[in-house]
Amino acid sequence: MIRLRQIAAASSRDLLILLGVVAVLALMPLGVSSFTLSVATAALIFALAGIGWNVLSGFAGQFSFGHAAYFGLGAYTVAVTFTKYSISPWLGLLLGGLVAAIFGLLTGWISFRFGLKGAYFALATFALAELLRLTFNNFDYVGSGVGIAIPLAGGDSWGTLQFENTPAIRYFVALGLVALGTLAVIVIKRSRAGSRMLAVREDEDAAASLGINPLRAKLGAIAISGFITAVAGGYYVMFLMFIDPDLAFGPFISVVILLRPIVGGVGTIWGPIVGAAVLSILGEVTRSLVRDPPSFLQVIEGVNGLDQVMFGLILVLVIIRAPDGVIGLFRRFRKRSSQ
Amino acid sequence: MRGRSRAAVWAGLAVLVAVAVPQTAWWDLNHTVFAQAVVSGLLIGGVYSLVAMGLSLVFGVLDIINFAHGALMTITIYVSYLLFQNYGVDPYVSLVITIPLMFVVGVGIQRFAINPVMDAPVHNQLLLTLGIAIIIENLALVLFTGTPRSIELAYARNEFDLGVVNLDFPLRVFGAVVSLPKLIAFLVALLLAGVLYLLMQRTQLGTAIRASAQEPEGAELVGIDVRRIYTITFGIGAACVGAAGSLVLPFLFVSPTAGSTFTIIAFVVVVLGGMGSIQGALIGGLVIGLTQELTQLFVPGSSKFLGVFIVFLAVLLFRPEGILGKARR
Repeated sequence: MIRLRQIAAASSRDLLILLGVVAVLALMPLGVSSFTLSVATAALIFALAGIGWNVLSGFAGQFSFGHAAYFGLGAYTVAVTFTKYSISPWLGLLLGGLVAAIFGLLTGWISFRFGLKGAYFALATFALAELLRLTFNNFDYVGSGVGIAIPLAGGDSWGTLQFENTPAIRYFVALGLVALGTLAVIVIKRSRAGSRMLAVREDEDAAASLGINPLRAKLGAIAISGFITAVAGGYYVMFLMFIDPDLAFGPFISVVILLRPIVGGVGTIWGPIVGAAVLSILGEVTRSLVRDPPSFLQVIEGVNGLDQVMFGLILVLVIIRAPDGVIGLFRRFRKRSSQ
Repeated sequence: MRGRSRAAVWAGLAVLVAVAVPQTAWWDLNHTVFAQAVVSGLLIGGVYSLVAMGLSLVFGVLDIINFAHGALMTITIYVSYLLFQNYGVDPYVSLVITIPLMFVVGVGIQRFAINPVMDAPVHNQLLLTLGIAIIIENLALVLFTGTPRSIELAYARNEFDLGVVNLDFPLRVFGAVVSLPKLIAFLVALLLAGVLYLLMQRTQLGTAIRASAQEPEGAELVGIDVRRIYTITFGIGAACVGAAGSLVLPFLFVSPTAGSTFTIIAFVVVVLGGMGSIQGALIGGLVIGLTQELTQLFVPGSSKFLGVFIVFLAVLLFRPEGILGKARR
């Protein structure tokens, strides 16, 4: 308890920011259309997945290129337990998190024991996600390639986590999950386990010489990381009401998950949320620009793929010009102006 | 000596299997299918080798995970396609255009996009190349739409039976069909592998590239401009995948994502063969080609990539330096 109180005292600024961010985001349903609200809900879900990714790849420094594995395991756990055993999706979210954490511990133990790091670890995580995708594609119990559709339980209900007619509540649940995830990350970062992760990221050998067990620190990170990302995957199913192997485990999902924290700032508490905000706004702007361009750009109206080209260009520019993400850019700017 | 005796054991096992399997009832029923799987596997494996060689160079020398590799292939696929459709240029003739063109494209990408992030963490480099891939793929989508296209070579129709050619061959690969474009792609891949090998081993440039890969600072000290070598290496890597794009055109559907499907396979081959090893990429490509075809044969209904990824994980765990790579641990 004392330890927790110390952490709370040390991170009072982050806790205040969290409160402020949640308060501002909670006002959103008042002023926007239900379409914008569902875009925002999806953005929050992937922000949560990114928060999970950030624990392993940002704090513990083990770059994962296959977080779709955890996302998909969470998604399928919710879908299977709900459709086949009528287990409440709330419990499903927890179960999915546990399944993903166990998967992370097993695969992580093997990978780290064999000394995989850097690019090799990234490629191994990618291969694992692909193996899951290919396996689920041929696994009749989970609907093979067709996937699983969540039947409408009828009516909006907290019990079934279905909010077909009340998108605002669906949005609030996503916001609540993101707040919980961020809270968890704030605590982890200031906890002893978090310090061990950071030490291993900075210099594994030096950390080991100080008596830190690098394997345990990394395994802790992968379990927590997998859990959080799986919860995001689980809620994504209830948002989409459908899941198939490509939506759950596809390489594109892995990219989507890691994009937000990287654009926002790898290894920072607020990176995933800032990245999600920036990318959602950019995505919507480019999309609406192509859909409804100003008169001097009339030629680009409705051209398929153009928004993605712009998206790629922005990504390349961000990586070259702002390698520490938006938060890093902000910090550099502040440092310069204070000098 | 230990390595040699282990190789002898493996060779002995292989001979045993080769002698024993044809005696079984399974072989009587399936040898044509099996022969076809082996032949198809080797042929597509040759293409994989070619794609992977360029990636292996980039990965081995620059230590960059280049996720734009397959997208570079898409560029040449479209260039060769347009040359064929509009001017009737044979895809094999268009090699003289696509190879230098892609060298220039590669040099440009390295100089303006990748050199600035050479010292950045892995994830930034990966995302950068991913961004380049997104741009290329979607530019292709903008310019040519997503409609799949294909070309037909007038002389590609004469398929010939390998069985007729090798009538007395003890393995009796009867009925295994080889299409001409695939055979050409395979042979040119072998040829280019040889050229690349000589370039790396016998020329001053190759020596400089290998020096920059092994010890960048040492190379710098003896007067090698390492940045310049990196740029040239990326250009050579792009030229390899450029050649592959022209070679696969006759038997591939042209689409904006046509090249990208090769990216992951190329990574598997590179890790399997050993980073930076040309021979490794060649052997790795053939092994992966065989693996994917045999997976489909022995595990019906599964994706051909299932076996590929299992092999990939096994290699990552047990021999991350690859078949021919030097031990890193």
